[in-house]
Amino acid sequence: MNKNNKNDSSAADISGAGLSRRSLLKGAGLTGAALIAAGSTSAVAQAPAPAAPAARIPLAEAFETLTAAESAALDAFASRLIPSDDGTPGAHEARAVHFIDRGLTGAMAPSRELYAVGLAGLDDCARQRGGVPFAQLPAAEQDAIIDAMTRSAIPEFPMLNAGFFNTVRTHTIEGTFSDPYYGGNRDFVGWALLGYPGVRIASSLEDVQQGSALAPSRQSAYDMPTYTKDPVGPEAVGGASHGH
Amino acid sequence: MATEMPRTDVVVIGLGAVGGVAVLPLVTAGLNVVGLEAGGWMSTRDFAPDEIRNNIRDWPQAVPKAKSEIPTTRANINFEAVQGGGHPMMNGVGGTSLHYWAQSWRLNPWDFKTVGETTRRYGAHRIPVDSTVEDWPFGYEELEPFYDRVEYALGVSGNAGNIQGRLQQGGNPFEGPRTRAYPMPGLRSSPFTDMMGEAARGLGWQPFQGPAAINSEVYGDRPGCFYHGFCDRGGCHVAAKSSTAVTTIPEALKSGRLQVRTHARVLRIVANAEGRVTGVEYLTGNQVMFQPADAVLLASHTYENSRLLLLSRSREFPAGLANNSGQVGQHYLSHHQGAPVIALFPRNLNNWYGLPAQGVAIDEWADDNFDHSDLDFIGGGNLWAHTDRKPISAAKMSTFDLVPNWGAQWKAFIRENADRTNTSYIQKTTLPYRGNYLDLDPLVKDKLGFPVIRITAEFRDNEKRIAAFTQDKMEQWYRAAGAVQIIRTPLGTGMGTSTHAYGGTRMGDNPATNVTDRFGFAHEVKNLGILGASVMGTSGARNPTLTAQALAWRTAEHLAANWNSIAG
Repeated sequence: MNKNNKNDSSAADISGAGLSRRSLLKGAGLTGAALIAAGSTSAVAQAPAPAAPAARIPLAEAFETLTAAESAALDAFASRLIPSDDGTPGAHEARAVHFIDRGLTGAMAPSRELYAVGLAGLDDCARQRGGVPFAQLPAAEQDAIIDAMTRSAIPEFPMLNAGFFNTVRTHTIEGTFSDPYYGGNRDFVGWALLGYPGVRIASSLEDVQQGSALAPSRQSAYDMPTYTKDPVGPEAVGGASHGH
Repeated sequence: MATEMPRTDVVVIGLGAVGGVAVLPLVTAGLNVVGLEAGGWMSTRDFAPDEIRNNIRDWPQAVPKAKSEIPTTRANINFEAVQGGGHPMMNGVGGTSLHYWAQSWRLNPWDFKTVGETTRRYGAHRIPVDSTVEDWPFGYEELEPFYDRVEYALGVSGNAGNIQGRLQQGGNPFEGPRTRAYPMPGLRSSPFTDMMGEAARGLGWQPFQGPAAINSEVYGDRPGCFYHGFCDRGGCHVAAKSSTAVTTIPEALKSGRLQVRTHARVLRIVANAEGRVTGVEYLTGNQVMFQPADAVLLASHTYENSRLLLLSRSREFPAGLANNSGQVGQHYLSHHQGAPVIALFPRNLNNWYGLPAQGVAIDEWADDNFDHSDLDFIGGGNLWAHTDRKPISAAKMSTFDLVPNWGAQWKAFIRENADRTNTSYIQKTTLPYRGNYLDLDPLVKDKLGFPVIRITAEFRDNEKRIAAFTQDKMEQWYRAAGAVQIIRTPLGTGMGTSTHAYGGTRMGDNPATNVTDRFGFAHEVKNLGILGASVMGTSGARNPTLTAQALAWRTAEHLAANWNSIAG
């Protein structure tokens, strides 16, 4: 809850803004409720958990554009960029590949062909070196290919170059640390990794002073009624899902 | 054949940061105004704290008009100009004032008299030989009342440094005298800006909280800032940012004399055989419309101001409207605001919820606030240390060459350091030069088939020397605050597209070297006024918006006060 009384007393009505005092308070109340609810789990989000087996992406969850082989190669690639072998979630647990898959059907569509060529190249390279697709190579051999890629040093597979590496790295970071609305950063694992306490509607000086010790808000921007584009009733508060 | 709309007194092209300000004095004076805006209205519900949408996917700037007319850029005529990046302009009621950082500086007095003051203090030989810089046709004192009007009409937070000649504690000691204090105190400081302020004082410098068009407390019917962050390229979710969409435009609408026409894409300004403008042709949907008016105020972004003039050819103006002098597009510059210094601190900075306008400034090394006798440049830079951190940009932080940029080591690095880095913002005096200009690209066209603007411009030695000098000062400041790693980025080369774009329709008394007169009306077309940073001949070392808004208010007031001689 915002501690600035000036702000609290301010919102009689923000005219022309389509934002009533009620919806502001509602948003702030949601933040408060979420904080309380998150209290018991915040330690999990904050501190590295003891090495638990990484959760697998549910099989029933379809990709929109990536093929089975592409998604497997990309997930393996992303998992080496932000690995979880230290026992804490990485790109795989954040579902960065789902973020990229969805992005490739929309805002990131210009990169679709790059992914098709690059991921096929990755599997071909892996087969040549180890007789299996990239996802099935031992981690050390995956890392060796990625390292060579960053130096554009795989002449027989010219598509495996620094440009492709940078694109995948950028998108993997975005998928791991973006608002969960876009399909990645599942269960806020990316924000927990950084110590980012999450989006909120207001931040008091006391909030800021706590830095990463502030209890995480654990909400998507679109969980807040303030930003939901469809008008919502009270029954929908807290009920928004991280979907399309 | 264009459909003709009913005549109005004034048509304003663009309802952004400057057009949105100008409409208020016009309607207050009793004039009827039609505002043509290429975009639409947006509300607070559109401004979510969403880094993907605002910062990665370029929303809300990614609207069809600006997106299809991104300028081409080249350093000089030896290169082919190429199109790339985004367009810094956005279409929407409120325009760029919706998503800007909202830093709202007045220029310092020196910026109006760069040539005269440099000559007086150091000799004329210190003006770079290839620069086309002129003194403004008036000094800071002339613009002061209009700065004041805009600060109060919009709502600007800040701590005054000089009220009527009396220096004030906590403000900029180098600012020109102001009539009265800001309408609101400066934004809240943060643990990080407090730390930087203390370090600056330890160096003998005078740090202060910079001014922002963001409410620090309730102002009128709008609340104070909620400090949730996401102000960089995002609109404000509680309308605490004083964009024209929530201030002067709604105020002007109350008069009943302003008509806002959204999704109106201006094609050309029409002139008659007497060399006067008669109105504006625009496209809405697939219909071409003509809006007749007695006066036209061109209030687009710098790039679009020059482009629309160059596209508005006629028998009287074969090289473009108001361009028989060949001056449209000349004296272009984009602000040298790159070449930052990046610091790594040994502890968390607690910067997760800061705003870019919530920062601490140092003006000691800006303008002529220090002795240049033994230096090889004129001007300087304003140092700005601000809070602003979002998760994706935090994860993309520099690795300071300490670890690879992927894998287990990188993950451990960002886990430890995501909240320990800071990137400075240093705005530097930038001059106009021969060979730096805007014109129409000979090849690249927008979706309607009109040429996009072509930028031919590069920074020269003066800008690069300021960049190196101010990087020294910034590194000194960061080190004093405890930084353990420093990266100094390259000094800059080409002047690409920028939100801080100036010139192209420069203001000045000499019609041979300036497009507009001292009041912002075209020397060649008496009833055409031009608003925006395109009339500014110098950049100063700080953000242009407030100055462009003060000039816009002044031009609008001048039009109303001299209606019969200008529009009659």
